[in-house]
Amino acid sequence: MTDDVLPLLDLEAISLSFSGRVILENISFSVRRGEIVTLIGPNGAGKSTIMKIALGLIEPDLGHVRRAAGISIGYMPQKVTIEDILPLNVFDFLMLRIGTTAEKVNEVMELVRISHVSKTPVQRISGGEMQRVLMGRALLGDPDLIVLDEPVQGVDFNGQEELYHLIDYIRHEKNCGVLMISHDLHLVMAGTDKVICLNRHICCSGAPENIKDHPEYHALLGQKIEGITLYTHHHDHHHDSHGYVVDGDHKKDCKHD
Amino acid sequence: MTAMDMSSTAITRKTASMIDDFILKAMGAGILVAIAAGPLGCFMIWRRMAYFGDTISHSALMGVGLGLALGTANPWVIVMTCVFISAILLLLERGRKFSTDTLLGILAHSALSFGLIIIALQESLRQDMMFFLIGDILTITTDDTLGIAFMTITALAGLAYIWKSLLCITVHEDLAQVEGVNILRTKIIYMILIALLVAFSMKVIGALLITSLMIIPAAAARNISTSPFQMAIYSMLLGSISVVMGILMSAHLDIPAGPAVVLSALILFLVGWALPNRIRV
Repeated sequence: MTDDVLPLLDLEAISLSFSGRVILENISFSVRRGEIVTLIGPNGAGKSTIMKIALGLIEPDLGHVRRAAGISIGYMPQKVTIEDILPLNVFDFLMLRIGTTAEKVNEVMELVRISHVSKTPVQRISGGEMQRVLMGRALLGDPDLIVLDEPVQGVDFNGQEELYHLIDYIRHEKNCGVLMISHDLHLVMAGTDKVICLNRHICCSGAPENIKDHPEYHALLGQKIEGITLYTHHHDHHHDSHGYVVDGDHKKDCKHD
Repeated sequence: MTAMDMSSTAITRKTASMIDDFILKAMGAGILVAIAAGPLGCFMIWRRMAYFGDTISHSALMGVGLGLALGTANPWVIVMTCVFISAILLLLERGRKFSTDTLLGILAHSALSFGLIIIALQESLRQDMMFFLIGDILTITTDDTLGIAFMTITALAGLAYIWKSLLCITVHEDLAQVEGVNILRTKIIYMILIALLVAFSMKVIGALLITSLMIIPAAAARNISTSPFQMAIYSMLLGSISVVMGILMSAHLDIPAGPAVVLSALILFLVGWALPNRIRV
């Protein structure tokens, strides 16, 4: 029971700056079992950084990160480049997961549909296949929490839909929590429970159906034109050269103080 | 003298020199070094750390200097010096103020200069520097060989122990950390293994050339390997062949053994890369 009450991951008032430049300011959110939380925001908004803080890879200047005791985490980094000098096929790459077995690897390869490239060098598979391989690696430790940094990057439209369905399926099947980064809401919409709109601070957050009409979301991610999201970045508040939010014509419903 | 006489004389001379005790000892010690250097070198090129090998071997010269000052030729003085310098490197790397390249450059040459000055200050022990730089494999004693055998066994056992963790870190450090790999411990063990290799192979190949015995056979093995483990095994084999070729060349042509071994490795490397490429087919 306590499993469902206590979040798998809880971030409280996280702030971080690098040499005087504010990267993240007062970020709080949590991820519960069976829940998909999506971080959206423009490039340089600090999405990957907050994810690394959540994973314990970076220490924040202020705030606390709490991960439920004893949980297994599956992580899919944004980009994994393997040098040509290292001879490594897809199967061997997946076998690198500590504590995994050939049986589990074969099972996961079936699930993410990469069995056909099992013996292919990782340097020779397509971008979309690589994303599925990385997804497979994240799933190998029977994770309670899956953290995905732009899982559909470099994947064609059909592939994107397929990957999002897979994430949704796994969430239900394994009852795990999912934290992921995405550029826009289009395809994630259906599955996501909570969207956090990030631009160094949390601009707005909530259920996707509320977010999509939220002025901050539109301001941050631009207008939709025939199903394509343009990443033009119209601000309704201003950031100075250090990234601090400075006084501007804020919308009334903007959440930051 | 007939042609037949001449060739049989040549064969006799060759056979005689081949079974010479010091040649066999040299080959034995050299092969032991190559067996450790191959797999350790594979990680060095996978991790793009070739310069790291140079830093450790430069530190080894500082260790030699300190050893001379203390009046001992004990390889453990060299091991400790190398570990000390690498520990400084690991600490500074975490600060992220300078790139690893810069740090390596600063540490390597400072340690080298420090070592050279200490060696120069030993009035009574003004040794030929060349010995420390390229080794003198033909003077290997049974005791040396025992020391090297200890090093090789330790290096292989140690590498087997950290193999998966180190490979995991090599592929993606953040991913490895999230998956529970102890990054710092793995890196420290790898560093100590390199320090051991460098310290115990000073007499075999010298501080200047040991990095090449790690790098070249490993690079030569790349084209014929389809897995990391295979590449490690092939690098041992190619390194050992280079040692045998180099020592034979050295004995017959009367050239220094260390450089002859390195050039033999280079020939194998060139042959390896001239073969049809297996990964791009």
